Amino acid sequence: MTYFFQYLIYGLQLGSVYALLALGYTMVYGIVGMINFAHGDFLMIGALGTYFIAQAFESFQVGSTYPMLIIGLIILTAMAGTGVIASGVEAIAYRPLRNKPRMIALITAVGVSMFLENFPRALPFIGPNPRSFPTLFQAKNIDLFGATITTTQLVMIVLAVVTMAVLYLVVNKTKIGSQMRAVSMDKDAASLMGININKVISITFFIGGALAAVSGICYASAYPQVDVYMGSWLGNMSFVSAVLGGIGDIRGAMLGGFILGIAQIFATAINSTFGYAVGFIILIIILLVKPAGIMGRLVVEKV
Amino acid sequence: MKKSSIKRFLGLFLALAVVLGMTACGGGKEAGGVDGDTIKIGVVCPISGNSAIAGKYITHGVEVVEEELGGKIKIKDKEYKIEFIYMDNEASEEKTTNVFQKLIEEEKVIAIVGPDMSKCALAGGPIAQKAGCPIVATFATNTAVTEVGDYIFRACFIDPFQGKMAAQYIWESGYKTTAVMFNNADAYATGLTDAFVEAYEGFGGTVVAKEEYSGSDVKDYNVQLTKLASSNPECVFFPNLLGELGLQIQQARAAGLNCPIVCGDSADTPEVGEVAGAAVENVAYVSAFSAEATTDAAKSFVEKYTAMFDGETPNSNAELAYEATQMVLYALQNADELTREGVRDALKNIEGLELPSGKMSMAEDRNPIKGGVVMQYDADGVSHYVSSINPD
Amino acid sequence: MKGKKWIKAVYPAAIVALIYLLVTVLRQLGIMNGYYNQVLMFAGINIMMTASLNLVNGFTGQFCIGHAGFMSLGAYGAAIVTGMLFKHTDSIFVFLLGLFAGGLAAMAAGMLIGLPSLKLKGDYLAIVTLAFGEIVRALLRLVKPIGGARGMIGIPGYANLGWILFFMALTLFLLRNLIHSPFGRAFIAIRDNEVAADAMGINTTKYKMTSFCIAAFIAGVAGGLYAHVISFIQPDNFSFTKSADFLVYLYAGGSGSLTGSVVGATLLTILPEFLRFLADWRLAVYAVILVLVMLYRSEGLCGGLELPFMRIRRKELYEEPLFGKKEKGKEGQA
Repeated sequence: MTYFFQYLIYGLQLGSVYALLALGYTMVYGIVGMINFAHGDFLMIGALGTYFIAQAFESFQVGSTYPMLIIGLIILTAMAGTGVIASGVEAIAYRPLRNKPRMIALITAVGVSMFLENFPRALPFIGPNPRSFPTLFQAKNIDLFGATITTTQLVMIVLAVVTMAVLYLVVNKTKIGSQMRAVSMDKDAASLMGININKVISITFFIGGALAAVSGICYASAYPQVDVYMGSWLGNMSFVSAVLGGIGDIRGAMLGGFILGIAQIFATAINSTFGYAVGFIILIIILLVKPAGIMGRLVVEKV
Repeated sequence: MKKSSIKRFLGLFLALAVVLGMTACGGGKEAGGVDGDTIKIGVVCPISGNSAIAGKYITHGVEVVEEELGGKIKIKDKEYKIEFIYMDNEASEEKTTNVFQKLIEEEKVIAIVGPDMSKCALAGGPIAQKAGCPIVATFATNTAVTEVGDYIFRACFIDPFQGKMAAQYIWESGYKTTAVMFNNADAYATGLTDAFVEAYEGFGGTVVAKEEYSGSDVKDYNVQLTKLASSNPECVFFPNLLGELGLQIQQARAAGLNCPIVCGDSADTPEVGEVAGAAVENVAYVSAFSAEATTDAAKSFVEKYTAMFDGETPNSNAELAYEATQMVLYALQNADELTREGVRDALKNIEGLELPSGKMSMAEDRNPIKGGVVMQYDADGVSHYVSSINPD
Repeated sequence: MKGKKWIKAVYPAAIVALIYLLVTVLRQLGIMNGYYNQVLMFAGINIMMTASLNLVNGFTGQFCIGHAGFMSLGAYGAAIVTGMLFKHTDSIFVFLLGLFAGGLAAMAAGMLIGLPSLKLKGDYLAIVTLAFGEIVRALLRLVKPIGGARGMIGIPGYANLGWILFFMALTLFLLRNLIHSPFGRAFIAIRDNEVAADAMGINTTKYKMTSFCIAAFIAGVAGGLYAHVISFIQPDNFSFTKSADFLVYLYAGGSGSLTGSVVGATLLTILPEFLRFLADWRLAVYAVILVLVMLYRSEGLCGGLELPFMRIRRKELYEEPLFGKKEKGKEGQA
């Protein structure tokens, strides 16, 4: 148990990646009600995009890193780019299917995900190569209760919590937020109330994509390797986190991400042979105890 | 009601009878080989999917041969056109069986270069064996691969030899304790781990910690590495896949493992150094080939490769693909007759073939007899030759 | 009338026999080669997988996304029987016994995974099935006697196109009859409205479990066939990607339609092979085609359609739900 805090930090680090991605996921999920299997690939686009944007800014490089201003610029460009791609995907591939059974959109999402992975792979200048992610932040080590935490880890964990809080406020306190909630409750009624549904959903996807880019940058800073396939598994994990937390619940998504990350790390710490399986067994047990997710309340279905 | 359902079943059993009566026919051996004056060779590798990076290097390796030949090959004073057909198997067993059938039955290739991974070779092997088409697997290191039958060859060394090489290098460098972290979901990693542990303990060394992780998807090795570090090993062994090694090396250094790290031959690729950055210093690996080798064959291969692909250095994937193709060409030139069977017999009898990794001969069990080298990365991510290890 | 019914019943068997005859003749003539044969074998297996998934997702309204887990258990179960227990007995009966054992192994797991479905709905159930698939995969690679992560080698290649077509036809035949039996009505009632079905006195617990068990059994047999086609299996064959493939086949073909499962699985198994001439761009183009199909025919290629011999009374089953009014866009929602 000497390493308890150290493992907790690792768990929080992995959890914060899941949580950040799950936040964007759950927005789309809660408001549009679709399982977006391509969400993990938005993370990949954010991370890979950052890599190429950083290359374009190479002349500004100081040592192995960049000036603060340039870093901000790089991140904002990546966020905006990924957001635009995300809302573009929505407009092309998901919007025409909005009134269809939601499984249909799920299959287009699988198709979109395949495209987003295989199209860049086939492009000669991107290809399948794993690349080293540029150092945007110099990490420093901090000692905490006998464990080491790096500044990158600290930033990620704090960022996950702050993003959750901001999103929560946006959804619950702003005008666009109340429009989003209205759309999530009843699209037709919202439309009758004068809400531009297309606009609201586009904005939702934009925010989701931008958040995926942020989580991609965080992920790639902690695990500095980017390639076109990096997002697919993370996308699944963020789906799991979002459902674990309770569908469409923003606080739940963050909690779900952290719980999943910590469960996986501790299961591995106890026995690395069975760790992978145990992580999933914990997941099933949590769901059996809380069948509507951690934050969700069971709604009694009426006929 | 009951009667009609009986009738329905009768219909089905009728179909069964038809089916069973006809299952006897199946694909027999087909001639295949030379169509007029064109010789076709199939190349099977993962162009897409998680291992697409290996596929890229393999394609490049074979393309060097293609460039050398210029579309023509002279066999016993007769000139033939030669054609390489590249097939994507997505690193999947299922797709491998599909493309094997396509190459053998539809394209009528005379031999196949690849597949690369043991799992794909094990799935495709029986098909090639049944159809009687020789294959030279590039880096399928699992011992069972060539045991499938006498049409299955490989260009690489096998797991036990590689494990022994790593163990010998670590032991002879004076490291008495080693810690291992490996991917328990991967055949290459588990096979190499088993071989290494057996050989290393045979030398008298102790494996002080053995940690596992599952699959290439999870890139967080912190817990395992922390545990390895707490066992204070003198050396660490990572027998894992190329896409995972860069991050493992980096995280190992961050977790305080500053001892030498030894990897399998998958570490022989520029991406490992690029991803790991400065952490790659003092990382050694066993390999079949050193890009620093001074033999003519090695020099000319490296030169041609670098010139063709914008200064890219060939890794062991590219080199083994090149060697496998050269083996097939050698067999073509030395075959008694230009059939699949002839090529097989010539492959069996390869003797003293000059390849970039040295002189190679084919052993009785269709595995090449060749030695290996130990290479070590410097801080700039460039690998240098350390020593050679020869099979006994 | 009676004679007509009889003809209807023999239809599927006759069609399968015809397909097989056609394939054989084409092979003898040299028009069809081993490559087509191989692809058709996988298509047949995928049809079985998709049709069984259809039973759970399409007809019972549950949401299983870990179907490859059942397939792996079936593959290993069958391979253990034929490749290890009766290694030296080369007989059709060993093969059949193996397939049956694989089916049973998968069915046991189906029962296990059916349990949470009593409590969980929709996406919550989905991630439990995903977790199940991953747990099976993780555990299989730890069992050393069956090869662990290195996989099982030397499984005899008993399965051929004839056998696969036979089991495929049997599956479709049984599923068709099941769906039109009182059991099937109960499944569809649960899909359309579980609460109402419960109120009507349908034991939803029993029927959901049954649905999972039958689907798992079929998937297990399909897995057994798969193992005997490629003669080498390893746990990572049956990852989530594979489960996702079956989901795609199912919904692209049209959920709630057995014809759709056949069409979806067949076309989408053949399509990536057909696109091989595109080399590097193959999968990107495949993805675009998939998206376009869903956009322009979003109910699936055969959504709401069944070939004559696959249906009994179309009106009741495919046009109107048994209970309540179907709301737009709400089908399959938790």
